[in-house]
Amino acid sequence: MNRKILLLTLILSLTTLIAFAKTTITCSGSTTVLPIAQATAEAFMDGHPDINISIRGGGSGVGIAALINGTIDIACSSRPMKSKEITQAKSKGIEPIPYAIALDGIAVVVHPSNSISNLTIKQLKDIYTGKIKNWNELGGPNLPIVVISRDVSSGTFEVFNERVMAGAKVSSSAQLLASNNAVTTTVSTTPGAIGYAGLGFVSSKVKSVAIEKIIPSEQTVKDGTYKLARKLYMYTNGKAKGAVSQYIAFIQSPQGQKIVEKQGFISLN
Amino acid sequence: MKGIKEKTFQAIAYIASLLTAVCLIAIIYGIFYDGLPLFKFISWKDFLFTNNWYPVYSPPGFGAWALIMGSFYVTLGALIIALPLSLGSAIFISEIASPGLREIAKPVIELLAGIPSVVYGLFGIAFLAPLIRQWFSLDTGLNLFTSSLILGIMVIPIICSISEDAMSSVPHSIREASLALGATKSETIFKAVIPAAKKGIIGSILLGFGRAIGETMVVLMVAGGAAQIPKSIFEPVRPMTSTIAAEMGETIMGDLHYNALFALAIVLLIITFFSNLITEIVFRPKRQK
Amino acid sequence: MNRRKGKNTFWIMMMILMLIITAGFLVVFIVRIISLGAPVLSWKFIVEPPREAMTEGGIFPALMGTFLLTALAMIFALPSGIFTAIWLTHYGKPQWLVNILHIIINTMAGIPSIIFGLFGMAIFVNLLGFKVSLLSGSLTLAILALPVIINNTEQAIHSVPADFSEASLALGATTRQTISKVVFPAALPNILTGAIISVGRVAGETAPIMFTAATFYSRSLPHSLQDEVMALPYHIYALMTEGTHPESQVPIAYGTALVLLILVILIDATAIIIRSYMRKKRQW
Repeated sequence: MNRKILLLTLILSLTTLIAFAKTTITCSGSTTVLPIAQATAEAFMDGHPDINISIRGGGSGVGIAALINGTIDIACSSRPMKSKEITQAKSKGIEPIPYAIALDGIAVVVHPSNSISNLTIKQLKDIYTGKIKNWNELGGPNLPIVVISRDVSSGTFEVFNERVMAGAKVSSSAQLLASNNAVTTTVSTTPGAIGYAGLGFVSSKVKSVAIEKIIPSEQTVKDGTYKLARKLYMYTNGKAKGAVSQYIAFIQSPQGQKIVEKQGFISLN
Repeated sequence: MKGIKEKTFQAIAYIASLLTAVCLIAIIYGIFYDGLPLFKFISWKDFLFTNNWYPVYSPPGFGAWALIMGSFYVTLGALIIALPLSLGSAIFISEIASPGLREIAKPVIELLAGIPSVVYGLFGIAFLAPLIRQWFSLDTGLNLFTSSLILGIMVIPIICSISEDAMSSVPHSIREASLALGATKSETIFKAVIPAAKKGIIGSILLGFGRAIGETMVVLMVAGGAAQIPKSIFEPVRPMTSTIAAEMGETIMGDLHYNALFALAIVLLIITFFSNLITEIVFRPKRQK
Repeated sequence: MNRRKGKNTFWIMMMILMLIITAGFLVVFIVRIISLGAPVLSWKFIVEPPREAMTEGGIFPALMGTFLLTALAMIFALPSGIFTAIWLTHYGKPQWLVNILHIIINTMAGIPSIIFGLFGMAIFVNLLGFKVSLLSGSLTLAILALPVIINNTEQAIHSVPADFSEASLALGATTRQTISKVVFPAALPNILTGAIISVGRVAGETAPIMFTAATFYSRSLPHSLQDEVMALPYHIYALMTEGTHPESQVPIAYGTALVLLILVILIDATAIIIRSYMRKKRQW
């Protein structure tokens, strides 16, 4: 009895849905790129009502894995693909093509009450390996350092790992959070915390510190003086075609880049 | 002589059962198939007993000790919180409350048992964790303590409902006999009713254990995410379930990290199987009575 | 004697205290969700899709997604589960097969939901190539629900007095007729209750759909089985952990949680009401 009712309801809803056929673009990956993807997708869909874009986060690693597994159209990544990943992709018949869609600087943030305003790369590394345990070792307040990092799928983590840690292991007492936002939220409510996040996530709730005396800004990212500057990418399988290439072209267009800047990131040119 | 209708009906039922069997066996098979290859790379002893979970480094580390202990700590904490509260409530509802109160309480508990875990997770991450951080002046509220607390609350309806069932099925004659002999109400409860309901109560605790150790969303959102053995209850932990959930998206089919997560699933499967087995043994003699 | 009376009072007080603390926790919990979720709730919230990077608008796609996932999962799981239970109770031969099936089903009933999600991702999304979709998600959820439905249906059938089927068979009815005309209708209330509660459980599950069906943001509704869907429980999780603008998104998460809560409670309450109504009507 209730089976029949369920079946009936489902058929009814499916028929109403099929009436609205659309092309769908599936996109997944970096939580850094997520706000850009969402904002540009909304603008793009406003202009192209016959195209639907479905966006998921999960971290750059998730997006890249999905691309390699062949289950996604666009992989959003806040880091370039590793050669190991490219080999894996090719062995599965996938040809990853990168499209840069924005520039970003990974900001190192602390609690607004923290007096520290500059760190060297070496100090940053020592903090994250757990060698330096208290802020007073750096001339700051007498407060144990609470290390906030990102989990394994994070592209932001990979870039940080490459430029700062140079392969050294992050201390096991570091908290591994799932997104840029989780990092800034945690740092903003924890006086002894230190974390890193894309520039678009830095708000007045946290304090951004200079790295090697350089503050991350549009200037220092574009001219490369900020050590943790990076490009944000969208990867496709083979050259982008059809709706996918329209969408990516939109993001790279002046209109799209304005949206990039509105989200707090840096345009490509 | 079996007619066509009879044979078809029986065949449908049989096929359904085979389908079920295939699906469920496929899961067990699949988990082992994708998990065992890890042990070509690392011995199962190292996997279980070393604390070295660095799956994306080169060379990768797959020592899951901290994760396994994380699961046990969180579950233990949850049971410590849940047991007195749920058993106390169960005793109250079954033995002390008026029938009217009981009529209301039972459905309410059943409803509470159905609340989705992600809602508990939301409560934990958005409300309880900051509160605990403030109260205890900690670095973070996302830790073993908070997640045990939420997990405990989640498990209370299960333990309470089943224990209460067990206690109310104890024949009235036992209570009446105890009271007739001059025992007080509480003595009757502790010395007559509970021992008689012992099996059901233990069974409910085992079910609560199984629920807690298998819970994913709450620990994913609230336990903190540090793969370490906590030195205090206020430090973050990372149970096996949240590790799987956090890392499964970024694994590529067939690579070592993928195998490692399935290996964790094997551990969870084995724990669940034994917990179930013990529950069966505890409950079965009761049925034969 | 007074000591014993004192102990008695003490323990009774303790029990009451336990109940009060438990009730207290749960009240705080529910009140919190309601107070933070209710302000966000409105008719628009339910029927509109999200806008402005999910800081405004509604959760309609998530509501539809949850509905579709649940409905499909039940369509897959209910017939298979019920027929499996029928086979186990009326046709089960050989005995060793029945026993093994029981062991497997009971083990499955206790497995953590994330393992179903992992399996679903490996088999449906990757191996079979269904990708992250309504199909993958509902199949995963169906397998999750199967053991519970089977156990519940079996119990329901067992609770029908044996005299019923014996009388039916004595009158010359076949097994099939006995099942469909006598046993099943008698067991129906309990089967129904169990099925409805499974619906509630499936609707609230997050872990199995995290990597098999759910998406963070999609504007239009799914128009085929291969589309990704938004879902209420995943929406809550995603907003809290990956949300890009927490000030406006945390309240939306509470609102979504409230909607989910109301949905699940309505479903479970329906089951409980049906069960007690049918119990009163029962003639044995």
